[in-house]
Amino acid sequence: MHSAFGRFILRRAAFAVLLVFVVSSASLVLARLAPPDDAFGTDSATLAAERHRAGFDKPLPQQYADWLSRIARFDFGESLRFRRPVAELIRERAANTALLGLSALTLATLAGIPLGVLTGSRRGGILVSAARGASLALLSVPPLVTSLVLLLVAARTGWFPAGGLPNVPSDAGWLASAVITARYLFLPALALSLPIAASLERLQSRSLSEALAEPCVVAALARGIPRQRVVWRHALRLSLKPVLAIYGITIGSVLSGSFVVEIVMSWQGLGDLMYQALQARDLYLVAGCAAAGSCGLALGILLSDLALAAVDPRVEEPA
Amino acid sequence: MTSRGVRAGMVLLAVIAVVTAAASAIAPHDPGRQFPDLSYAPPMRPHVFDDQGRLHRPFIYPLRLADRLEHRFVEDRSVRVPLVWLASGSPVTTGASIQSMPSSPWLILGADALGRDIFARVVLGARLSLGVSIVATAGALLLGAIIGAFAGFHGGRLDDALMRVADFVLVLPAIYIVIVLRAAMPLVLTTAQVFWTMAGILSLAGWPYPARGVRAVLAAERGKEYAEAARALGASPLRILLRHLLPAARGYLVVQATLLLPAFILAEATLSFVGFGFAEPTPSWGVMLHEAAQAGVLAEAPWLLAPAGAIVISVLGLYLVSATKPSGLTRHEALNPL
Repeated sequence: MHSAFGRFILRRAAFAVLLVFVVSSASLVLARLAPPDDAFGTDSATLAAERHRAGFDKPLPQQYADWLSRIARFDFGESLRFRRPVAELIRERAANTALLGLSALTLATLAGIPLGVLTGSRRGGILVSAARGASLALLSVPPLVTSLVLLLVAARTGWFPAGGLPNVPSDAGWLASAVITARYLFLPALALSLPIAASLERLQSRSLSEALAEPCVVAALARGIPRQRVVWRHALRLSLKPVLAIYGITIGSVLSGSFVVEIVMSWQGLGDLMYQALQARDLYLVAGCAAAGSCGLALGILLSDLALAAVDPRVEEPA
Repeated sequence: MTSRGVRAGMVLLAVIAVVTAAASAIAPHDPGRQFPDLSYAPPMRPHVFDDQGRLHRPFIYPLRLADRLEHRFVEDRSVRVPLVWLASGSPVTTGASIQSMPSSPWLILGADALGRDIFARVVLGARLSLGVSIVATAGALLLGAIIGAFAGFHGGRLDDALMRVADFVLVLPAIYIVIVLRAAMPLVLTTAQVFWTMAGILSLAGWPYPARGVRAVLAAERGKEYAEAARALGASPLRILLRHLLPAARGYLVVQATLLLPAFILAEATLSFVGFGFAEPTPSWGVMLHEAAQAGVLAEAPWLLAPAGAIVISVLGLYLVSATKPSGLTRHEALNPL
């Protein structure tokens, strides 16, 4: 049993490493294949000198080999555009994206799961149909649209800052800086979380109503255990498995969604950085961003596998 | 609930299909035509009562610039411009004004920065935005069906390998991959080149979804009696595959189409929005949203979000229709692929 679990974790970890490796290599190679003369900004002589310094004028296989050997030493190269080490840039930006993504995921979970339990455990009623209608509508509203609409609301009402990173004064106490950060974070996180909350609600609702039909739950109800207790204690646990299973995939949609939200709301995260890097044909930065993004993704999938194993000890390879 | 929802979705989709097909007839103006004095003009409301409360045939009051810098407009209440139906090749245009003052175009959804008719651009943009999604969906289904059928029919090592690749593509953060692929192409392409490039890239990102399902269906059907019988009668493997087994996956492919289409509509919007898709002055929904995204502009001219409304309506219609599918959401269908 123990060794089976260990093997399972090992296999997933190997998959994660492969994911990071393939994505970052592919990004480097693809970005290199792009026509070089599209890079903006500098005149051709400076550009040529710059490219020589960064090794872009070497043949592709050699550049790739150099890059690999430096990666093995955790040296991700230097960004041409920002003139700073890629690793340093990514550390800053990844923190912003992680903050945005985790807040959005938390918001979505806090809203989606309880609502899903509610709509899944009741037959009808105004609340249930309202929640169901709302999540169906929200499923059709991508982060691109939610962020634009929230940006409009912010610009019109002035309740929240219309995009940008929090500008925390250095003398602010921890409470003040937390409040300022939360004010800036709220809209981007909301924009990102709404579609995810909707899909979690739908999934939880369906899964819970299936769990309520399980013989063990029916037996518990038949013994006279109060319905609320059965729903929240027994059926919820039974129903969590398919919901947890999609958390790994949800990380992917958080990454994709935050790409857009970051650009619309000028939240300087990984997506925004990747966008700038692609536009400037900043190869090492592109590859670094892709590596960081896929690291986050792989970590998310690994965590969701672990959570799955915790809910259902019969560890199996998720299909 | 479900059947009502499905019917509502069907109606939405039918309206979208008709509007898209007849786009050039419905759009009152050319999408590129600029009305120089109507930059950022707000949507114009049709009236039937004038200021004295008298009933007229539908008409509009022309907009006059009150402040050129702030793009502030006022309705000129002294002039009535009647709406003319089915004239000069368009369902509705504006006639000469009653008071023989200069006439005014009817901008149903207002105008953008260059004074172009947003309604016309949204309607004609549907052709590109929906067209690219439809072609990409067809491509993804075809590719997925071929790979899935091959894996499911063949079985064994090849099956394992193909499905591993499919799983791998599934977990990638799709939008990053799509954008990197697009960025690997020259930045400046003609609209037609962008169309086919984008459709191709999206198909490449979307094929694993149908492939997994088709493979599962074929792997299950392969061992059934009718397949066995066909084999006993001497049918070639290809014939069994095409005539007997693939039709079993047809329903599944239809469901997949309704899931891939909305994802691709969003992908087009996102790609064009960030500048890796269609480019100005081509009207596509993503291109139009790009202009709306500047916070200062958006607060003054919220009607620039009209294409966002078009996206939501199309996606909602598809979701409502796809609610017909019998089984619950599976792990991979639960979220938008992109």
